[in-house]
Amino acid sequence: MSGNNINERDVFVVADNVLSPLGKTTAENFSKLKENHSAVKQHTNTAISPLPFFASLFNTHEQFVKADEHNYTKFEQLLIASIADALNGSGIDVRDKKTALIISSTKGNISLLETELNNPDLKRRITLSTSAALVADHFGFQTKPVVISNACISGVLGIITAMRLLQSGEYEHAVIAGADVISKFIMSGFESFQALSPQQCKPFDIAHDGLNLGEGAGTIILSTNKKYAQNIKVKGGSVSNDANHISGPSRTGQELASAINKAMLDAGISSADIGFISAHGTATVYNDEMEANAISIAGLQQVPVNSLKGYYGHTLGAAGLIESIISIQSLKQNLILPTIGFNKGINADKINVCSTPLRIKANNFLKTASGFGGCNAAVIFGK
Amino acid sequence: MREQLNNNKLLTEKHITGSCIISKGKVIKDGVTLFEKDTDLPDFLLSIYHHFQVNYPKFYKMDNLSKLGWLTAEVLLKDSFQHDNYKPEDTGVILANANSSLDDDIKYFASINDVASPSLFVYTLPNIVIGEICIRNHFKGEQAFYIQPEFDSDFIAQQVNYLLDKDILQTSICGWVDVLEQEYKAVLFLVEKKKNEDSVLFSAENMNNIFINS
Repeated sequence: MSGNNINERDVFVVADNVLSPLGKTTAENFSKLKENHSAVKQHTNTAISPLPFFASLFNTHEQFVKADEHNYTKFEQLLIASIADALNGSGIDVRDKKTALIISSTKGNISLLETELNNPDLKRRITLSTSAALVADHFGFQTKPVVISNACISGVLGIITAMRLLQSGEYEHAVIAGADVISKFIMSGFESFQALSPQQCKPFDIAHDGLNLGEGAGTIILSTNKKYAQNIKVKGGSVSNDANHISGPSRTGQELASAINKAMLDAGISSADIGFISAHGTATVYNDEMEANAISIAGLQQVPVNSLKGYYGHTLGAAGLIESIISIQSLKQNLILPTIGFNKGINADKINVCSTPLRIKANNFLKTASGFGGCNAAVIFGK
Repeated sequence: MREQLNNNKLLTEKHITGSCIISKGKVIKDGVTLFEKDTDLPDFLLSIYHHFQVNYPKFYKMDNLSKLGWLTAEVLLKDSFQHDNYKPEDTGVILANANSSLDDDIKYFASINDVASPSLFVYTLPNIVIGEICIRNHFKGEQAFYIQPEFDSDFIAQQVNYLLDKDILQTSICGWVDVLEQEYKAVLFLVEKKKNEDSVLFSAENMNNIFINS
């Protein structure tokens, strides 16, 4: 019933995976979150930063693909392990010409610049298309992979792109996977922006002072096949640009609000139908202020909001996927997770941040994301 | 397949109402070479900026990918695009390239041994060029940046068709902007739901014809 075209196909969530320092499956991750475990810790690793820092990282040298004969990079291993778990038992045929593969990442294999000699081979090896082809070959996908690199909305944009490819009938199934790896390149950049918190981040809190970075991968499998009709649906989505600043968000939040409103329209629901919001909530002052404004402009100021950044850090191209998947679990288990790090808010009239676990039965949730380049994305999942 | 599922509604005809190519030392708008210079890329980009008498100080801060894409959009839209005909959220920007932001990534990474440069870091994302085009033109609609080994006109046409057919957008800039060291190519198309004298039907094939002739 999504959208205004009744002939349009419904898009169902078939299976998913979260691969993070907290666990290798969605179930493992959700059970850790229910016990209030965070993956954000202080690290001392001079290969990444000269000073100690807070982040959510896998153990150094951890292998994610057993018996790797292909010399996959860590980024590719994360994608492969996440996709393999999501596919396991899903009944989805990756060799079907109606199955799409979508890969989302901000920086992919960029850490190769730190360890390899800069030459033409490296430039080919580093491109996201090379990784996408390796991942596609590993599983035997028959369709050309779609690769999205659109800053911090990459994961949500992957879901929206897949939803549209399925709604329009181009494909029947889609596997959307996102991953990013934290190395010196990314860490030094966020340090240079003075965007990192010197402690565990505090999204939407009066004392928010920057973000933590995080590593991880997430995979969602979607299908229009009616045999999944009892599953959670992707109901609608929208993307916008602030047209304001390349490294700072909109002053008003109007553009994210516009994406939220259009996503609700696309989903055929109103603000009263949104049970909870999984915000971007990076814990930088600029982001949190902008998001609080946007949520209020969209008339969602009473709706419970969480940010999962205190658990996972900012997992960049994987964030939209990981946070959507965890929120799907919340929808299924009627349990909205709290915002770790949040104590007292500054925008209580604009945004209703969850500070304790909330047992409510919701029918729909909204996932938002915003990023450098002024991009915003909103997607709605529901029963 | 697309015809099949849309058989319940009339598809809007869409047209390529303009194109701009910056490649091989030439700036070509709607098939006409407007500027030519045989020089290195940074000098070429600056020469284009001066030739078209643009006054936009932010240009100097941009990396080569943003300069290239921004200039291509600037020449594409100059005297051709009626900003007043569209609301900010009616215009989208859908781009792709092969090398993401690697040209700037390499420069940023070279800077970090000294002092990591935030002004280089901000350009280590391919979609920043979309942000620069949107800021200049006040475009607030849908946008996406895709990485493809080569220009996938079928995919880009599919995306843009969807956005215009569903009235999510009324017009879109789409195409290819790629830079890696001295290798560069930008081909942008303006897609609208109306014709003009020189427009051709918006299709993957017509985009390809313009793309490969550059």
